[in-house]
Amino acid sequence: MSQASPAEILERIKPLMHKRVGPYNSWNPVTRTHIWQWCSAMGDNNPLYLDDDYRGTHSEFNRDRAVAPPAMMQMWSMRDVHGNDGPGSTTDNLFEILDALEAEGYAGIMAVSYDQTFHRYLEEGDRAHHYSTIINVSDLKTTAIGKGFFVTQLAEFMDQNDELFAEAKITYFKYQVPKQPPGAKPSSTPTKINRIHPVENHDHEHFWQGLRDGKLLIQQCSDCGKLRHPPQPMCEHCQSLNWTTIESKGKGTVYTYTVMHYPEIPPFDYPNAIVLVELEEGVRIVSQLVGTKPEDIRIGMPVAMKLTNVQEGMTLPLFHAADNA
Amino acid sequence: MSQSGSPATLARKAAIVGIGATEFSKDSGRSEMQLACEAVKAALDDAGLHGSAIDGMASFSMDNNWENEILRQVGGNELKFFARTEFGGGAACGPFVHAATAIASGLCDTVVIYRALNERSGLRFGSGQMMNNSPLDPNIINFSHYFPYGFMTPAAWIAFSARRYMHEYGATSEDFGRVAVAMRDFAATNPNAFFYQRPITLEEHQGSRMIADPLRLYDCCQESDGAVAFVVTSVERARDLANTPALIAGARQSIVKESRMMTPFYGDSLSGIAEFDACAGDVYSMAGLAPDDIDVACLYDHFSPWVLPQLEAFGFCDRGEAKDFIKDGHIARGGKLPVNPHGGQLGEAYIHGMNGIAEAVRQIRGTSVNQVAGVNHVLITAGAGVPTGAAILEKG
Repeated sequence: MSQASPAEILERIKPLMHKRVGPYNSWNPVTRTHIWQWCSAMGDNNPLYLDDDYRGTHSEFNRDRAVAPPAMMQMWSMRDVHGNDGPGSTTDNLFEILDALEAEGYAGIMAVSYDQTFHRYLEEGDRAHHYSTIINVSDLKTTAIGKGFFVTQLAEFMDQNDELFAEAKITYFKYQVPKQPPGAKPSSTPTKINRIHPVENHDHEHFWQGLRDGKLLIQQCSDCGKLRHPPQPMCEHCQSLNWTTIESKGKGTVYTYTVMHYPEIPPFDYPNAIVLVELEEGVRIVSQLVGTKPEDIRIGMPVAMKLTNVQEGMTLPLFHAADNA
Repeated sequence: MSQSGSPATLARKAAIVGIGATEFSKDSGRSEMQLACEAVKAALDDAGLHGSAIDGMASFSMDNNWENEILRQVGGNELKFFARTEFGGGAACGPFVHAATAIASGLCDTVVIYRALNERSGLRFGSGQMMNNSPLDPNIINFSHYFPYGFMTPAAWIAFSARRYMHEYGATSEDFGRVAVAMRDFAATNPNAFFYQRPITLEEHQGSRMIADPLRLYDCCQESDGAVAFVVTSVERARDLANTPALIAGARQSIVKESRMMTPFYGDSLSGIAEFDACAGDVYSMAGLAPDDIDVACLYDHFSPWVLPQLEAFGFCDRGEAKDFIKDGHIARGGKLPVNPHGGQLGEAYIHGMNGIAEAVRQIRGTSVNQVAGVNHVLITAGAGVPTGAAILEKG
């Protein structure tokens, strides 16, 4: 792979831009058979194309001449299946710029956009050819699939009188294929990253529902009365499966803590202070400590809970220094 | 310390006779399956055995490579025994317990143990993004009480305990730093270590950026790609092989009721490691040994602070005194209990603790690049903060 800088690459390929390459001639004139094959394959039943009687009722069309669907514009002057252009076509390399980028290590190609403009219908007996011009190469861009250049090609589709019947602007992205595929990580998607939602299975849903209802619920064994958190189905003291909950006052002290600095995981703000709170009721719970400078956090400091709706469907018992309550 | 039933039945019945590994890197450029096959083949070659000798396999639940696939590729025919161990790096000793048990019981004769991972170029455990959303996954159920707060990296979970240890015993970040400096010193003279020729000073440790207070960058192990494999066989068969056997003199797994997956926050103490407190006595009594008999320790050093309570649990110093033991230079090069002479996971590579066990075997054989003189017994431990295990290897 070349070590040329993006600026050097652009310097080299810019002279190749705006060169109109062509003509690319057609192998055949527009015929009813081609139109029928295309309409049949595409399932396009528009009567305008092949129904002479229908066309006869519209004065702007010739009753006896089948009309080509506009979307067929590029197929008239396409190469044949052997890759040969129609008779009399240019032998100039249309893809000079793409080849040059490939030589610099930008081997990946992805079609980005295809803007089409139709000026008139082709009819049976017309004969098409086209010209092609690279009209723009972007600066180096970084995307989710890799770094590369956006290349825009203008294709001009002409009839036998050298009049434009359609044109298209086709943009490709020529990029360096990363060694590791980017996978499913939605790093480039604009959707907001939410906090990971907890599993609310049979054993845990009451806890999260309680928070949404405005209560911090602590599981309590119905038989021996011991409290437990995080939730579990069986009492570890008496093996009872019967349980209820009590509502915690949300007051306690910091048993231990950490302040997270790296990696910065969205959507959290950093530094992110995490505390293990010993609740007055006698169980410990993990949460975030908000509103206290990291250097002021101490083991043993009193804290109080504030139920906070952090995102849709998620209420968390965040803690703050009790003195600021 | 608890005493289990009749543990002597597996003591000194099996021996590690082959070790193999790939290079340790940040981007192996090949599949975990290929890494596993390369390491297993290397271990077989080291043992002087053909793949057809294998009749058992043991690995980690987290390993992505199936036994049948490896068996076929390394020239094996049939397995009579295969077992996996859960809990991330806590699985590092379990496979040796399983292998020794299977061999001692006569169930099989030669067990291959392997662990292969692209932890740096593939799934990074410290990224905070390793979890799927399956409500059936016990990991997700456990971590559900932490992830919504952003409390989702191993360094942060360990930091809870490190902070308690500092609070209860007066340890400082420098005490943790001395562990990292000792490991990096060993790594600096180990050509297989990622940090070969790159030692650090305590000042550099103190200047390294904060990851999850009180853990700094140099308190955290690396992320690595690589594989390590072992061949374990009966003591009788080991006598016919060329390498000095590393006998499994004592080995046990350990779960206690306070155990959680990386989040043991609800027991009486966070400053110790309850699983090691529970199993240390058994491991010594099974081997008929005491802390003074241990010449080298290969301790699980995913994060430097948790080396300290391991030294205490296994009786090398009293509770809360590991910081002084370390300050006196005992775990470093030339100390009375060199810890991780390969450089540990802080210095050599993070292969879920298996590279430390390979070093233990080299120390027994006398073939380490940082060889300690006169090694007869090496203590090995698996991950801390999770259900885990420990073992003592003995020169056979």
